Amino acid sequence: MALPFFAAIGLAAYMDREPEPISVSAANPGFVLHDEAARAGLTFVHQRPTFDATIANIEPHVAALGASVSVTDFDGDGWPDLYFTNSRFGAPNALYRNKRDGTFEDVAAATGLADVNQPGEGVSMGSVWGDFDNDGREDVLIYRYGNLSLFRNVDGKTFEDVTERAGLRRWVNSNGAIWLDYDRDGLLDLYVTAYFRGDVDLWHLSTTRIMHNSFEYATNGGKNLLFRNLGAGKFADVTDQLGVGSTRWTLAAASADFNDDGWPDIYLANDYGPEELYLNDHGKRFVLTTAGLQSESKSGMSVTIGDAFNRGRLDVFVTNISERGYLFQNNNLRLNRLAEENKFTNAADPVVADAGWAWGAQFGDLNNDGANELFVANGFISADRKANYWYAMSKIAGANSRLFEDSKTWPAFGNLSLSGYERSRVYLNRGAAGWVDVANAVGATDEYDGRAVALADLTNRGALDVVVANQNQPVVLYRNSLPAGAGSANHWIGFKLLGTRSNRSAIGAEVTVESGGTVQRRVIDGGMGFASQNDRRLHFGLGKREWVDRVVIRWPSGTRQILQRPTVDEMLTVTEPAR
Amino acid sequence: MTDATHTRGDDRGVATTTLAPPAASPAAARSRVLDPRYLIAGLITAVLIAAQLRYHMVGGYARLAVALGTCVATEALLSWFIRGKVVNLQSAYISGISLTLLTKPQGATLWPFVLGGFLAIASKYVLQYRNNHVWNPTNFAIVVLLLAATNKISVLSHQWGNELVTNLVIWGFGLVIATRVRVVHITLTYVASFLILNAVRALVLGQPVLAEIAPITGPMYQLFVFFMITDPRTVVRDRRWQIAVAVIIALVETLIRFGSDQAWPMPIAFNAAPALVALFLVGPIAKVMDLRRPQRKAA
Repeated sequence: MALPFFAAIGLAAYMDREPEPISVSAANPGFVLHDEAARAGLTFVHQRPTFDATIANIEPHVAALGASVSVTDFDGDGWPDLYFTNSRFGAPNALYRNKRDGTFEDVAAATGLADVNQPGEGVSMGSVWGDFDNDGREDVLIYRYGNLSLFRNVDGKTFEDVTERAGLRRWVNSNGAIWLDYDRDGLLDLYVTAYFRGDVDLWHLSTTRIMHNSFEYATNGGKNLLFRNLGAGKFADVTDQLGVGSTRWTLAAASADFNDDGWPDIYLANDYGPEELYLNDHGKRFVLTTAGLQSESKSGMSVTIGDAFNRGRLDVFVTNISERGYLFQNNNLRLNRLAEENKFTNAADPVVADAGWAWGAQFGDLNNDGANELFVANGFISADRKANYWYAMSKIAGANSRLFEDSKTWPAFGNLSLSGYERSRVYLNRGAAGWVDVANAVGATDEYDGRAVALADLTNRGALDVVVANQNQPVVLYRNSLPAGAGSANHWIGFKLLGTRSNRSAIGAEVTVESGGTVQRRVIDGGMGFASQNDRRLHFGLGKREWVDRVVIRWPSGTRQILQRPTVDEMLTVTEPAR
Repeated sequence: MTDATHTRGDDRGVATTTLAPPAASPAAARSRVLDPRYLIAGLITAVLIAAQLRYHMVGGYARLAVALGTCVATEALLSWFIRGKVVNLQSAYISGISLTLLTKPQGATLWPFVLGGFLAIASKYVLQYRNNHVWNPTNFAIVVLLLAATNKISVLSHQWGNELVTNLVIWGFGLVIATRVRVVHITLTYVASFLILNAVRALVLGQPVLAEIAPITGPMYQLFVFFMITDPRTVVRDRRWQIAVAVIIALVETLIRFGSDQAWPMPIAFNAAPALVALFLVGPIAKVMDLRRPQRKAA
């Protein structure tokens, strides 16, 4: 009896080993990432905020957000630009204009989007871009721990602050916002997530009871807000009318039509709580549905929508916290099975489930083989390499809500790390063979505290690059090198959509590419991941397939457009047909 | 956790812990009518159901099925193979539920529930002294898994909702049942020792006292004080010694916590689950010493 008993202990130790690194060659995984931020002129370094002295004991925790990145084409030249937010009073945000030669220049000051972090207004937590007035130019909403700010793009060179006029001046301690056209009237509406309560001014606190009332089921966060675009530059708060005012400490939101009824739904990743899916009932109201999302409450950080296994469905990847020995909340790969079972099923294997303290993530076909990879940024607070806060966290996190919500009860952070110095993960999609982390093999080796991730083909060459905004640290630009030359290169196709009856930015439009028996589906996002927004031009890898059989575009207006045998290895510009 | 299985006494007459009280008081009469083992099994079942309905704690019914199935099957097979008959499986049932609640694996991994269930039950048959097992089965399995498979296992320390009402209900039921099973003095001694020792530790280190005593309101401790430290089969026999051992466990735990405060190089299990490790270290030593004492002490 003793033999199998001790063998079981040995087996546990054996099972604990890390997976063997896979062999990598030019063909597998078929791409290499180089950090070329400095070479490209992206010298931005995020600066974290400082707050009221009464929460000094946990300031590293509260001040651990704010690094964001959004991809936009603010000057309409067809080359993606980048906007990064900063989070210290006086520290400027950066708008990097793409110089079309692989480098960028910061034009934030000239455009009026730099000096936006001021006492009384708050500090930036992120931005989301969309053409809210359908004038053909990308406007931007900046969300803060503080007031919202809406800037209208005047001429592709300068922006004007139209917050007051739009009716959006509101103090929201926000970490996320998305544009969507929930009522399909052709005007972009705005959903803003809230973290701390709206009555909390982190620089002038009247109480230390500002934290979460539960580690797992917190409901005392700020109230999310939905603003309907009334046209003529005006917005109205329709949160209560539409029923989307969650107070679950939402960190990220994303929108797509998950149940294929033609109306965009809203998916939320909530910190210290379960995910939430609000299904859109014909633009009249949203219905909160469980859809299998309540089975494990976690700490959702990021919502990423993509077709994980080329099923023609929009699946969801939500990041969470994993810290070995202490906590396995595990990332979720939610496969959309709403049509069959009215729910999502979690298909995250241990490799994908445990990325550390994961933040922003994005689906994207990094090797153009026709299947989505997953890029995941990780790491929370990197300070002392030899001491961490996890033991202290384990003391307070299980405590009664009255203790947990009071910041003065929390052990002091000092210079401790909390899941610091974690590396990013790059999960190669091998279909039924599962995901495998190839980050080290492809060159994604930084140990910054990654927050926001955005994907874009920055040089219009048919390859997705990866931009990561890091908390209190420099940005990373992972330039994607794909094999070149006849016979070695995978094919691709891209789409730039221009709405006419739909919103001009075509946010919410879906493209399905059918090629050689495979189906891929993507949606144009109005903000996705954590504090990030991808290039709104949709990129599809095709592998060795040299043709596309058919492309189906479903516009937010409801118009269905079909393209037969379009040219590949090109970025196609498609304008929404009149009918 | 609580291992209430009655097994045969050893050949030298070392008594098993007597659960039924010797005096014929009305309470004792009721206890004899309602086997305390059923109370314990009932309480852990209630905790499981409440935790799942309220907090979705189980994290997938496959985990529960695998843990329960492994524990019950191991108990049935080993008892039949070693003792020639299948013993009461209530102990295995309690261990299976406890493992499900306390073990949090990486991803949807199920093997920790297979190995954990096997180790918990098998430890009773392998790690014996004078025909008595000396480790609480669930405590043994979880600590061994935490030590051997840190990369794949974590222990429940957070997921319980943090609600005061929930805490009060569990503590209320737990205390009533612990009283009926006559182990409430162990629970209360440990809790008092924890509060005093860790308050002192906080004051010595200049840390907020509330933060240091906060863990006792958490889920792991509720399971620990009602199902693990009070396990009738692995506690020592004499009431005074039971109290003394509870104090020592709290003392060792405080020492471990002090080490964590000072960043002593220790396995993560010590930092993540100091109470479980303290029982893992102290429990068997106390039990062996108890078993070496003359039998008359058991009465």
